[in-house]
Amino acid sequence: MSTADPLPAALRADIVALAGAELHPRGAAVSALRLVQEHFRWISTAHLHEVADLLGMSADDLDGVATYFNLLFRRPVGRHVIMLCDSVSCWMMGRDPLCAHLCRTLGIQPGETTADDAITLLPTVCIGHCDHAPAMLVDDALHGDVDTTTLDRLIAALKEQP
Amino acid sequence: MPPSDRPLTAMIDPAAGPPDCAAYERGGGWQATRKVIGTLAPADVIDIVTRSKLRGRGGAGFGTGQKWSFVPREPASARRKYLIANADEMEPGTFKDRWLMEGNPLQLVEGMIIAAYAVQAGHGIIFLRGEYHLACARLQQAIGEARRQGWLGDNILGSGFGFDIHVHSSAGRYICGEETALLTALEGRRATPRSKPPFPQTGGLWGAPSVVNNVETLSNLPHIITNGAEWFLALGRGEDGGTKIYGVSGRVRRPGAWELPMGTPLRQIIEECAGGMRPGYGLRALLPGGASTAFVDTTALDVPMDYGAMEKAGSRLGTGMAIILDDRTCPVGMLHNLEHFFAQESCGWCTPCRDGLPWVERLLAAIEAGTGTHEDIEQLGRHTRMLGPPGRTFCAHAPGAMAPLASGLKLFARDFAAHIAQGRCPLRHAA
Ligand SMILES: Cc1cc2nc3c(=O)[nH]c(=O)nc-3n(C[C@H](O)[C@H](O)[C@H](O)COP(=O)(O)O)c2cc1C
Ligand code: SF4
Ligand code: FES
Repeated sequence: MSTADPLPAALRADIVALAGAELHPRGAAVSALRLVQEHFRWISTAHLHEVADLLGMSADDLDGVATYFNLLFRRPVGRHVIMLCDSVSCWMMGRDPLCAHLCRTLGIQPGETTADDAITLLPTVCIGHCDHAPAMLVDDALHGDVDTTTLDRLIAALKEQP
Repeated sequence: MPPSDRPLTAMIDPAAGPPDCAAYERGGGWQATRKVIGTLAPADVIDIVTRSKLRGRGGAGFGTGQKWSFVPREPASARRKYLIANADEMEPGTFKDRWLMEGNPLQLVEGMIIAAYAVQAGHGIIFLRGEYHLACARLQQAIGEARRQGWLGDNILGSGFGFDIHVHSSAGRYICGEETALLTALEGRRATPRSKPPFPQTGGLWGAPSVVNNVETLSNLPHIITNGAEWFLALGRGEDGGTKIYGVSGRVRRPGAWELPMGTPLRQIIEECAGGMRPGYGLRALLPGGASTAFVDTTALDVPMDYGAMEKAGSRLGTGMAIILDDRTCPVGMLHNLEHFFAQESCGWCTPCRDGLPWVERLLAAIEAGTGTHEDIEQLGRHTRMLGPPGRTFCAHAPGAMAPLASGLKLFARDFAAHIAQGRCPLRHAA
């Protein structure tokens, strides 16, 4: 699953199917990029070119889309991605000290990945969990009412996961 | 079974998970689809919804029946038409659509069938924000089950009307919630808004007639069809019909969301539902309907939370999800956080918004840090006039960003002055 490998045949087939279900193939741009990212964790330039070919788009045009969206990663990320909500309710309920704690514990700044490639820390806008602020997204799961104790426990568990 | 006075959430039970098709039917579901497809013409459906005075719950509050009436009346086969559920929900402080989709996805599916039938659209898309993984899984499950049971597909209930839904998982960009930017995003382009006209109802996705409605708006439809326009109107406390999902976040005892009659006053929502402020905190002001509405202070607590009354009070109902500013949080810091969001999420299409919002953010950062000047406050005021309503920008993002700022500059003038006079944040310093 190295990003130097071309897209696997099954993934290419999925993208072709997505494109075929749209009125115009480029309608599948975001979905196709998301599929690539699910597989490789990020979207390398080589893969972006392959997807562009499949959708009949220019690579520049598709890169314009890929760089537009907050959840599409054009740079490698770690095995797990922590997105700490940056928005207003979470800010009010103590997001900043939590972020500082997280940075200290992981030894990285927001936007960076730990040296063991386990965790990337990213800020995010409101994730619709404001009633449980401060909130964060860890991979696909929402976590609310986060404090330093729950955070430490969570990170320990993540570090152990492959 | 008598109709519920909280129809949207009657079947939501977080402990049990969302109802399947059979449970949904036992709770009163699918009656509306049967009624619409078996007995009503598309124009009748539009008429009922227009008489119910249902207004869009996505923020702008446009009449739903009226919006549909602009769609050309040819049959679905003559022209491709789209019905799109706006499930982008990225307004800070807003979490109501997620609750509806996770709690009762079939209600949204049925609402979409009704809306699609009314405008004779054959294609449905749920434009879902990418972070909502649980909602996505539950929607896929609901759509699959509905399809297997014949509620979606080529020939629904043998009527010849065909409609199907697919979920488009977006990839995180606030502007995609703006209905024309949403269409651009679905076409695989950088999601910039489009000029109107043409309106989506005549020239939307791929140039075809398209209706974009909010999740809460669509979720109301099965109940309106089943129980009638008069029943719906009577649910509201004032001019507007129905219920509304209201929510509160911030330093209240029980942050959360509740379905209440449209027009419930803020005081009741904050004190009865949210349990009032946490011990040691006072209520200073609030954004009544999400990040892009104007601040109101405690003098507005008895204003009914509906479209007209909130506008008279100088703000907007917006999404109906209130964000509380307590008396120990710095309003300048809060505004800085809000404008950071708006600056980051500008699509960059028009210069005043692309360049103006980061400028505003920097000024606020300086004032917050104690290095701002009186001239900076004047600059902020100038920006609210330049970027605010009536709107010199392409879309409502920039005016929305100016709503909290313009009201905040007035309401918190003393705090701004104190930051400048003392050269530091008085609240943070006191803490
Ligand atoms: C910057 C911006 C963001 C918006 N975000 C959303 C959103 O996330 N969800 C939504 O339903 N409407 C959003 N809207 C409003 C939509 O443009 C549109 O009015 C709404 O989806 C129409 O549905 P309704 O008539 O059912 O309310 C947004 C508008 C603007 C200007
Ligand atoms: S106002 Fe802002 S978000 Fe809207 S089109 Fe212009 S630059 Fe884009
Ligand atoms: S403000 Fe953080 S989840 Fe909404």
